[in-house]
Amino acid sequence: MITIVDYGLGNIKAFVNVYKRLNIPIRIARNSIDLKNATHIILPGVGAFDYAMAKLNASGMREELEKQVIINKVPILGVCVGMQILGKSSEEGNSFGLGWIDGEVKRLDTKLIPYKTKLPHMGWNTVNISKESKLFYNIINNSRFYFLHSYYFYCRNNEDIVNTTEYGIDFASAILHENIYGVQFHPEKSHSNGIRLLQNFARL
Amino acid sequence: MLYPRIIPCLLVHNRGLVKTVKFKNPKYVGDPINAVKIFNEKEVDELIVLDIDASVNKSEPDYKLIENLAAECRMPLCYGGGIKTVEQAVRIFTLGVEKIAISSLIVENLSIVKEIAKMVGTQSIVVVLDAKKSIKSDKYEIYIHNGSVATGIDPVCLIGELENQGIGEIVINSIDNDGTMNGYDMDLIEKIRNAISIPLTVLGGAGTLDDIGQLIRKYGIIGAAAGSLFVFKGKFRAVLINYPTQSEKEALMDKYFKNSLSSMEN
Repeated sequence: MITIVDYGLGNIKAFVNVYKRLNIPIRIARNSIDLKNATHIILPGVGAFDYAMAKLNASGMREELEKQVIINKVPILGVCVGMQILGKSSEEGNSFGLGWIDGEVKRLDTKLIPYKTKLPHMGWNTVNISKESKLFYNIINNSRFYFLHSYYFYCRNNEDIVNTTEYGIDFASAILHENIYGVQFHPEKSHSNGIRLLQNFARL
Repeated sequence: MLYPRIIPCLLVHNRGLVKTVKFKNPKYVGDPINAVKIFNEKEVDELIVLDIDASVNKSEPDYKLIENLAAECRMPLCYGGGIKTVEQAVRIFTLGVEKIAISSLIVENLSIVKEIAKMVGTQSIVVVLDAKKSIKSDKYEIYIHNGSVATGIDPVCLIGELENQGIGEIVINSIDNDGTMNGYDMDLIEKIRNAISIPLTVLGGAGTLDDIGQLIRKYGIIGAAAGSLFVFKGKFRAVLINYPTQSEKEALMDKYFKNSLSSMEN
């Protein structure tokens, strides 16, 4: 079953509502036992990097999560800060990330952003497909998704980048390494494109 | 490419939706959940829902209503009204809301705002400033409690402090233009915009899509919010929840936004 990791961060309800409308059963995981039968895992997140890592570490789910993702190769989708903590570290804080995808989280450079209002990067931006992926099946290139963030995932390996989005720079708005997916935008709040993406994830 | 946001703003009063004129005479325009369902179909960029009773009556936020709204919303939802404590703010986020709007709390107790920010992340906090033009000068003043209490604070002077707190977005609402549908208060917007470096959404006065277009032509990336425009239709103000279709929106962007990309840099 699709399992949403509830470690006290992110809009769990929004994912639940999308899958309910799609008639796809889901489970919310609040402890490691809840994670055991996961076929797909969603790792949401909002707020600061360190706070997210502290909450995840305190949740008691990290060990089981690593087992499912790294050993059992269960597909996982990190969303927003849930994507960022897939990396090794962040300029936003001092904590180590999960380190599952080689890269670190950097602050968007305000000097390169050509607008008067700079950060957070907020609103609907286009997503440029750099590499085909099942996650974006039936989603046309340059579709718009909802973003709300000030930091981005800097990938060490270009082949992990699935999509890019332009905001001052072209940053990785979707990444994939083996069974590990991450999206910087919020598919759970991106209308039909987001619903399609979450449906695609469920079909992996 | 990032796009400007076009945002319906709904007011809740006695559990129904209302629309005011200059913050007075709330007119019933329908059921909140029903409106959200229509806005889902229209794929609106974002939605702001403000409970205009809660702070005035010193009552708790209506959690049941918020939960129902959040369950229905397929777009980012910003809720405001009656949020006074960290516990209330956290509870509202767990109901499935993306952003919370605070207003009177900024004036009453800024330290609680800091506490809330620590728990939920600063990006999710929106400050709504209700501003009214002074009769004596060309300055503006912030009002709280539905425009009933003057604070003596100039909104322009508050922007820097709010940015230092890490607030994610500011909504500037013109009391004078509210519900008039005669266009935004461009003078107020200009003043605020000159002072700001975080996302800005403007509210109060939009009467046509052209008003939104003019705003976007001038400022590029901005949040264009409106109440009356998206709940009334025609000169007799018949209640009809509406929003530009995807193709109307594209046409609006082609006309006002894409041709003005160079002016976005000012």
